[in-house]
Amino acid sequence: MRNPKKYCEIWKLQKSFPSPKGPAIVVKDFDLFLRDGEFVSLIGHSGCGKSTVLSILAGLTTKTAGSIILADKEVRGAGPDRGVVFQAPCLLPWMSAFDNVMIGVDQVFPSAPRAQRRQIAEHYLELVGLADSVHKMPAELSQGMRQRVGIARAFALSPKMLLLDEPFGMLDSLTRLELQQVLLEVWRERKITALMVTHDVDEALFLSDRIAMMTSGPGANVGDILEVPFARPRDRKAVLEHPDYYRLREHLIGFLEGQDHRKPKPVAAEEPLAISAAVLSPA
Amino acid sequence: MKYDVKKMMMNGLVFPAVGIGAVIGIWAILSQSAAPDLPSPLRIWQESKLYVLEPFTYRGELDQGIGLFTWLSLKMVLKGYALALLIGTPTGFILGSSKLFTKMFDPIFQILRPVSPLAWYPLGLVLFSQARNNTSELAALFTIAMCAMWPTVINTAVGVRAIPQDYLNVARVLKLSPTKRLFKILVPAALPYMFTGYRLSLGLSWLVIVAIEMLSGRPGVGGFLWQEYSSLIYPHIILCIITIGVVGFVLDRLMSVVEANVNHILNLPALIQRGLAAIFARRQLEVSHAVS
Repeated sequence: MRNPKKYCEIWKLQKSFPSPKGPAIVVKDFDLFLRDGEFVSLIGHSGCGKSTVLSILAGLTTKTAGSIILADKEVRGAGPDRGVVFQAPCLLPWMSAFDNVMIGVDQVFPSAPRAQRRQIAEHYLELVGLADSVHKMPAELSQGMRQRVGIARAFALSPKMLLLDEPFGMLDSLTRLELQQVLLEVWRERKITALMVTHDVDEALFLSDRIAMMTSGPGANVGDILEVPFARPRDRKAVLEHPDYYRLREHLIGFLEGQDHRKPKPVAAEEPLAISAAVLSPA
Repeated sequence: MKYDVKKMMMNGLVFPAVGIGAVIGIWAILSQSAAPDLPSPLRIWQESKLYVLEPFTYRGELDQGIGLFTWLSLKMVLKGYALALLIGTPTGFILGSSKLFTKMFDPIFQILRPVSPLAWYPLGLVLFSQARNNTSELAALFTIAMCAMWPTVINTAVGVRAIPQDYLNVARVLKLSPTKRLFKILVPAALPYMFTGYRLSLGLSWLVIVAIEMLSGRPGVGGFLWQEYSSLIYPHIILCIITIGVVGFVLDRLMSVVEANVNHILNLPALIQRGLAAIFARRQLEVSHAVS
């Protein structure tokens, strides 16, 4: 039987790039377990390697060492069993919103009747609030609407896991709040295990069940994990007024500020041991 | 959008007309003074009237209206051009997607690219000498393809190399099959570049056909030009030059329109599908109304 507490296991993940001064280690000894149906955020300073971790999970970047197991299977390469929402919506500009979703649905459910596949695509586009813009081209959609299509495309794959790479990073703050709500609503319908990379503390608190805080690189990994106790379904007002909200927020910001003060270590092959030892001390 | 009709008239008609008028004027003066062998504009018109006013009259293989000659040349160009695209597009795709292929063949392409059509044509004649009646036509097609495909090859390759990583990531995440990846991602993404190549290739094809006709004496604008030169009817040379220029210009404009509307052309199937779906839905609605 599958252990529901370990739906997705990331073990001792390591990523290094070759550089003239020897391998530059971005991520080292990164461990993270996700429960089935859990929404986990990964926060950290820009450039700490959080997007690299997500990219490895998506199969778009190769790992140097470690292993990733998703639903009892080792993750190898990219595939539609993981729905990715990129920072830029990455819609294909020569296809309508509908076709952008359909191309994924066709891949995942090749044997389903066409009408049923169309229904899936239409359902998720409606769910993200694009019922009236189904057949519009990406150029006719605002940045926020394009990202809605991106979310619909990821969910429509019925993936084992959702990977969100700063999905709202390029949006203005009003649209961002709106889309966080949209994401929660779609996610409520089918709780797909999700890992979201963000550097927005409030976004992480509003959306996640747990927040993994990443240390600053090189050799970054998970420094601390915060449980977010707010009841679901969540309402922004209720979350903001929750007595624990500011304590949790302070905890996150305190961690990030602590990381900020660490002097960046020189990138060299013989350094990583010392770095990881410093980083491993639990907060 | 608001159109300034007066400004458009000035820019599109009046100024060009003034420019053309000035050139004809200088020409007339030159033909009277410095260059007595240059036929005057009036003489050109008088001697060419027959060919221009009866453009589709056939009087003999090398004595046809200018419209017929243009048509003969265009037919050859279109065949050769199609061949150039057929060879050039896939070659460009491979060149753009394989570094190894680029390293192997790019030097050869760079050497073949500047070779003049006049050099390819005799080789074509040798290659297709078995074809008896069709030798000159096949050699002509071969020459057009060899000369005109390079802009298509190179622009397609550039287009394929310029495809944003984002689109390729979508293909990887969705695990698209190679064919789907090609037709749903690579081709649409590279299409604007491809069409720039197609436009340049068409221009080259038109340049090449005139040279080949002159060399081979095939009926067409270039063949007519060479024959009239041999027959000492110089005004017709100018007529041919003007015709070649005008046709080349029109072809380029046409391709520019196509190029500028690549995205709409790409959407055409989707638009038709959408239209059909709408019609179908309405009919169903009518049927259901009729039933109830």
